Amino acid sequence: MAHETPPRWDRDMRQRLERGEAAALAELYDRFASLVHGIAQRVLGDETAAARVTREVFALIWEAPQGFDPEAGPMRTWIAGLAHRLAVQRLRADLGGRASAAERADAAAQVRSASTAARADYIVTAMPAPLREALELTRFQRQDCRQMADRLGITEAEARRRLRLGLQLLSTADQYDAEGL
Amino acid sequence: MTTPRPGPGREPDETATDGAWDHAARVPRPRDGSADFVRSSTRAGPPPGAEDAATIPIRLPEANDPMSTHHHLMSLLGAWALAACSPEEAERVEAHLNDCGRCADEAVRLREAVALLEPQHCLDLDPRLRVRVLEGCLARRPARWPVPPWAAPLDAEAARLDALLNDMAEDEWRTPVALRWFDGDRRQVLGTSVAGVVDHLLSGDGLLARAVGLPDPLADRAGGNGGAGDDPAARTLARWRETPEPRAEPRAPWLPWREQTRALVRAAAERGDAPRPAGDLPDGYLHRAFACWIHAGDIADAVEYPYGPPYGTHLRLLVDLAARKLPGSIAGRRRAGLATSPGAAGRTIHLEVEGAGGGHWYIPLDSPAAAVSRTEARGAVAHVALDDVVFCQLAAGRITPDEVASGGEGDPAVIRDVLSAAAALSRL
Repeated sequence: MAHETPPRWDRDMRQRLERGEAAALAELYDRFASLVHGIAQRVLGDETAAARVTREVFALIWEAPQGFDPEAGPMRTWIAGLAHRLAVQRLRADLGGRASAAERADAAAQVRSASTAARADYIVTAMPAPLREALELTRFQRQDCRQMADRLGITEAEARRRLRLGLQLLSTADQYDAEGL
Repeated sequence: MTTPRPGPGREPDETATDGAWDHAARVPRPRDGSADFVRSSTRAGPPPGAEDAATIPIRLPEANDPMSTHHHLMSLLGAWALAACSPEEAERVEAHLNDCGRCADEAVRLREAVALLEPQHCLDLDPRLRVRVLEGCLARRPARWPVPPWAAPLDAEAARLDALLNDMAEDEWRTPVALRWFDGDRRQVLGTSVAGVVDHLLSGDGLLARAVGLPDPLADRAGGNGGAGDDPAARTLARWRETPEPRAEPRAPWLPWREQTRALVRAAAERGDAPRPAGDLPDGYLHRAFACWIHAGDIADAVEYPYGPPYGTHLRLLVDLAARKLPGSIAGRRRAGLATSPGAAGRTIHLEVEGAGGGHWYIPLDSPAAAVSRTEARGAVAHVALDDVVFCQLAAGRITPDEVASGGEGDPAVIRDVLSAAAALSRL
């Protein structure tokens, strides 16, 4: 699940990429490939096309790492934005001028769902760590409130509060403009 | 907002009725998978089942203040949406949703939010995509500091194992794993856990770390017996003694192991782009990649995940490593009196490995240091053909010489000796 990369990690990564370190490129891939692929897959709904967009996104970053501005926000958000943009471009190119109204509506829905997902990903990385941890424990490790409270040394009421608050934050993800990333 | 009313009777309340009954009927029960959740889009018209809902008796805990009950149940909504409350609590929440429009609204929103939670990695991401993406990038802008070809398998295998570990729940880290190897011709088995295997990798990689000038994680152990010995098996056993099974924090070795593999790959790249620096370093890296793959396979077997072989060009390097070590192992077995074929002079065996990692190797049988000439290669006394993955599993002690399905021609005693010598390459 999403781990926020600290600003320092982001800056170091940009510097290593600029320096031409292949090992840094591999680390970048390991950290962000499923984010990029996931967004592309949501927009395009096709494995082959998603893999192509993934290749394109990493090639762009590797060729021009200075495109990332650490002042403008986390690297994760920048990469999510690139993935979204390239995937939408590919979708539009694939549809061309011949698409029917229904196809266009489908495509618009896919783009919207991908924007929401990318936004949700950002919200999860940006929320306070205790909330993120609570969500991870229940969603991915299948712990119930009691187990989670035991494990974190908090009351069950606090465990419940964190889950509700985390989900409330996350539920704002679809309140943004589809192109808002 | 809806004011909850004590049941079972309901008095219609103009501010709440519509919202409450509308929503209650379409708040779905939380399930394990959330992908199937259908966004509630029916704002218009009476929802199907609204009448049924009206006939469900409302259960509220007895003798409770309704307002505090409402607050209590509302505080449970997040846990309910994530299926993280007890069955009794879930029942009470669901009964409450029939009656409370505000909670029903929130329940819908939170259920939708659960569907937006995505794991960071998905195991389904094809590991071959990594190689293709990285190669594609490097073709467009060559690296100033490339990862040398002999360090690339460790880079890729560590990433693959990392993705597998990332998909495992904490208790899966305690799954028992049996490690197998050969001591001479005797099969050895030692039990540990998934976490113990990662510790074993960490400790083995530590020797290579020391060789490239990185800190050895076992170097500064207080108390001595975990100290930085040079025997790999002794190091692992010392480390296991420090953390008896079952482990309280089975994931503890994960991050140190991963960070160390990253540091090793960086260290290889920092040595510049000399294709084959002198010394044992390239083989040291290949050996650790081999260990990483084989042990990842042990872990995957233990937790019943599928796990494929390394990328073709990487597998070829690992097969080559094992093939190059064969003459020494053959000589060692002969010295130990384990060889079944009588000694002679200048004989060669033709090892043919099939598959993406395959190729042809001509192995000297009688003099480990000998280079095999073209003439000697043509006069090979035996020919063994086996699959790339099978050959590596044999050399790792994961399968026995008897289990190897190999096509062979020539002296059966020689073939037997060579297969046993491959198995004898395995270590803890």
